[in-house]
Amino acid sequence: MPVESRVLSENLYFSGLSLPELDSIKSFFSEMRAERGEIILLEGELADRLFFVAAGIVKLFKISAEGKEQTLEFVRPGGAINEVSVFDGGTNPASAQAMGPVSLYIISRNDLESILRDYPRVTLNVIKVLAGQIRHLVSLVEDLSFRHVIGRVAKILLEHAGDGARPGQRLTQQEMAAIAGTAREVVGRSLKTLEDRGIIKLERHRIVVTDKEALKQMTDARY
Amino acid sequence: MAEAPVIDRNKCDGCGLCVNVCACNVLILVDQVVTVTEVERCDWCADCEAVCITGAITCPFEIVIQD
Repeated sequence: MPVESRVLSENLYFSGLSLPELDSIKSFFSEMRAERGEIILLEGELADRLFFVAAGIVKLFKISAEGKEQTLEFVRPGGAINEVSVFDGGTNPASAQAMGPVSLYIISRNDLESILRDYPRVTLNVIKVLAGQIRHLVSLVEDLSFRHVIGRVAKILLEHAGDGARPGQRLTQQEMAAIAGTAREVVGRSLKTLEDRGIIKLERHRIVVTDKEALKQMTDARY
Repeated sequence: MAEAPVIDRNKCDGCGLCVNVCACNVLILVDQVVTVTEVERCDWCADCEAVCITGAITCPFEIVIQD
């Protein structure tokens, strides 16, 4: 399918460009499709092309030394999935996988640099996007390093659990994140950690606290 | 009947991202609003909640203490 100016205009990099300007740069792009589960990029690979999500969702993830998968982010339409490696010339910091049918717009590094030279507006937009990502990552680092998020999540579970006489409160991960003052992804990570340690069990629409004493001790956890 | 993800029809803008990511294929768009079908197949991965920009679809957990 041809690259569409309308879809490009929804990308933050090209925000504010006129239709003639979008029409002139879309020739630099090609379209690629991926099916659910398909790996688009691998962590550690060099990148000479930038991938934008035009439709669908792409998951960015890392695999730990123990073989565990850690989801970093879901990239929605309008977002780029590997700008870090394209801009700094290094390797991909994460792998990318299609969560469902996905359409991607691809541009080579050389062509991207041409656009950045010819359209200062695009350069400013890129700087804004990268600055926003840095701000988000700094907040995550602060959360993970200093704020004992797992302890706050443990506290939330204890405070909202049912006690047999009355049912437990129902909370979404987003609600837990809002209470804990952190991001949804960090809550998900904390719940997985608690499950790995055998303190809770994640079931379909239920979180079962299997070791209440251990969970209480986690409320003082430093990591 | 099995529990289903909770949908706020007023918040749903019909973007279809949740349908796109649902690996169990239990979500469809009906009149531009997400609907759950064959709820027994839903594995409660909560990916639909994670990708929804408007918060229209959520997967709440009941928290219980095991005896």
